[in-house]
Amino acid sequence: MAEFLIGLGLPGWVAWSIAALVAAVLLLNVIAGGALVFIWAERKIAARIQDRLGPTRTGGRFGWLQSLADGIKLLAKEDLMPEGADGLLFRLAPYVSFCASFCAFIALPFAFDVVGQRLNVGVFFVVAVLGLEVFGVILAGYASASKWSLFGAMREAAQVVSYEVPLGMCVVVPVMLAGTMDLVTIGEKQAGWMSSWYLFHDPFTFIIFWVYVTCAVASVNRAPFDLAEAESELVAGFHTEYSGLRWSFFFMAEYGSMFLVSGLAAVLFLGGWNGPVPVARLLGFSDGTGESAAYVVRLVGLANLVGKATLGVLFMMWIRWTLPRLRIDQVMTTCLKYCTPIAAVMFAGAMFWQLFLPGGLFPGWARPAGEIREGWLEGPGGLPVAASPAEDRSSTVTGGESVERAGLAKRSPR
Amino acid sequence: MTGMLDMDIMDISTLTPVVPPLATTLAALSALPIAGINWHSVLFLLFAGLACGFAIGVVAADNVVRMALYLVFSLGSTAGLFFLAGADFIGAMQLMIYVGGTLVLLVFGVMLTAQAPLVSIKPSSSDRMLTAVAGASLLSLLLTAAFSVDAWRGPGVGVVPAPSATPLGMALVGVRVDEPPAGTPVGGRVGYMLPFEIVSVHLLVVLVGAAYLARAKRRRTPRPIDALASAMPVEPVAPAATVAPTGRSAGGAKSALVGGGR
Repeated sequence: MAEFLIGLGLPGWVAWSIAALVAAVLLLNVIAGGALVFIWAERKIAARIQDRLGPTRTGGRFGWLQSLADGIKLLAKEDLMPEGADGLLFRLAPYVSFCASFCAFIALPFAFDVVGQRLNVGVFFVVAVLGLEVFGVILAGYASASKWSLFGAMREAAQVVSYEVPLGMCVVVPVMLAGTMDLVTIGEKQAGWMSSWYLFHDPFTFIIFWVYVTCAVASVNRAPFDLAEAESELVAGFHTEYSGLRWSFFFMAEYGSMFLVSGLAAVLFLGGWNGPVPVARLLGFSDGTGESAAYVVRLVGLANLVGKATLGVLFMMWIRWTLPRLRIDQVMTTCLKYCTPIAAVMFAGAMFWQLFLPGGLFPGWARPAGEIREGWLEGPGGLPVAASPAEDRSSTVTGGESVERAGLAKRSPR
Repeated sequence: MTGMLDMDIMDISTLTPVVPPLATTLAALSALPIAGINWHSVLFLLFAGLACGFAIGVVAADNVVRMALYLVFSLGSTAGLFFLAGADFIGAMQLMIYVGGTLVLLVFGVMLTAQAPLVSIKPSSSDRMLTAVAGASLLSLLLTAAFSVDAWRGPGVGVVPAPSATPLGMALVGVRVDEPPAGTPVGGRVGYMLPFEIVSVHLLVVLVGAAYLARAKRRRTPRPIDALASAMPVEPVAPAATVAPTGRSAGGAKSALVGGGR
């Protein structure tokens, strides 16, 4: 994008600023627009699960405009702050939450190379930044000068130390299989038929996906892990004292994070922007640069990823309105006593599977082309040699030179 | 066939003379004094200024939670510096470890400030003096050390390709994939597996130690199995238990079993 603008004759700094601005505005719209749609969907799904109709009047038969009406109501609400509150922290907390959620979107790819900033350590960045969202919750709970809020914040603190560990271990498995932390490369490695998704790579990854789902739900504070909010126990938990636009920032952060962890799940386990059937590849198109058809392919990929992430969000809504809330000790038991050992065993299992059955149960059956490690190739004599980035990029994109599987797994242990 | 992209560029470049406003705007933009600025330096100064400013904020604030928050911002700006330098991995590490670690600090701050004396920390003037002297001497030492390196004075060496994290990870498990500097002995090509393992084991020991210290204290109430054991007939052992109240004789072994856990 920036190169295109420079090509138009714009000076570099203007081009880069415009490119950054476009990406930022688009991502902001993903969060804000997504929140509008998802809040409406949540109302409808909750209603259907509880045998109600949900919003039916605002904006036609299905209440399409309900979220918009809610938004206008929130704008018009009085902005209150409790008397004993720490003013600075109270005002800052929603933005901290929202910024953390927003920043993590920067590294999430929506299709091949359709990513705010392609980072070499994309997975790590997303997980690290997503962990910062907790700051907003704890600050809000502390600064509100309310017992309910403080309880919510302390629960959140206890919850965060329990889910972070298994979440990190789940994320490591696709990283290990792909041999890179670059989300774009991880997604590209799952190109092909549905069977090349990491979800179906081996039984261990299938199980660890569900561990990831559990931890992801815990990380976005949704029922059954919504202890920080717990509206039937703590009034509204950490955001009891918030109203109006500040409150809506918390909600945008929550829905943004839901979309983000679902998108991350889609990229890590569900093939990213690759559909279940590689239509584009069967038709002979590729999503590499320099082809007009590539834009169409990428658009389809974008729809794929957004669809998968939306399905993930809907799944979270489904379990929210189905399962009862856990107690804090049950949360810690679930995350630390069950998820962590399961994740550890599955991690070891996936490792050994990769070691002994690198081609899967049916070798040569729908494995993705271009099995190539990022940044370096296996040289003669089993010694790794550094590959130039350009060479790596081109081979990853086209998948043309199907290099012999140069995995860590096949390397003799030293 | 050339791509759509190239055709667009050609079209507009041929059109540019026809559309004077666009051309003049472009010329004006290029002629702005702002255009010649080294944006890398500007962003560096921005992040560095933020980091230093919030660091001063940590010292100047008197509320523990606010201090922790300023520390988070300061460390986050440092992560920004790393990202600016192209060290994505270190930057994400900084976010994960330091900023995430400060979270625990924040939680402790929240828990501590429930008590009145810690809500507002006002150090005495002697404390201020002492810390000022210590901080200033450390700062002067660091500054002299930093400015004594000639290579760090001038501008950067130019654009280098952002390194991937893979060589780092490979080196940690004992395989160096990067080119060693000339003159490195053969043994110099080994990775960092030993330090890595030592640190891992060290952390494991710390974890076990923390779990040991934080473990549930000895039970006051008898466990169900103890209650069951004491409900069992104990007549044969009773005399032995009275003879050996210290519980280390042959009969005492049985009684220790019966009263296990106390």
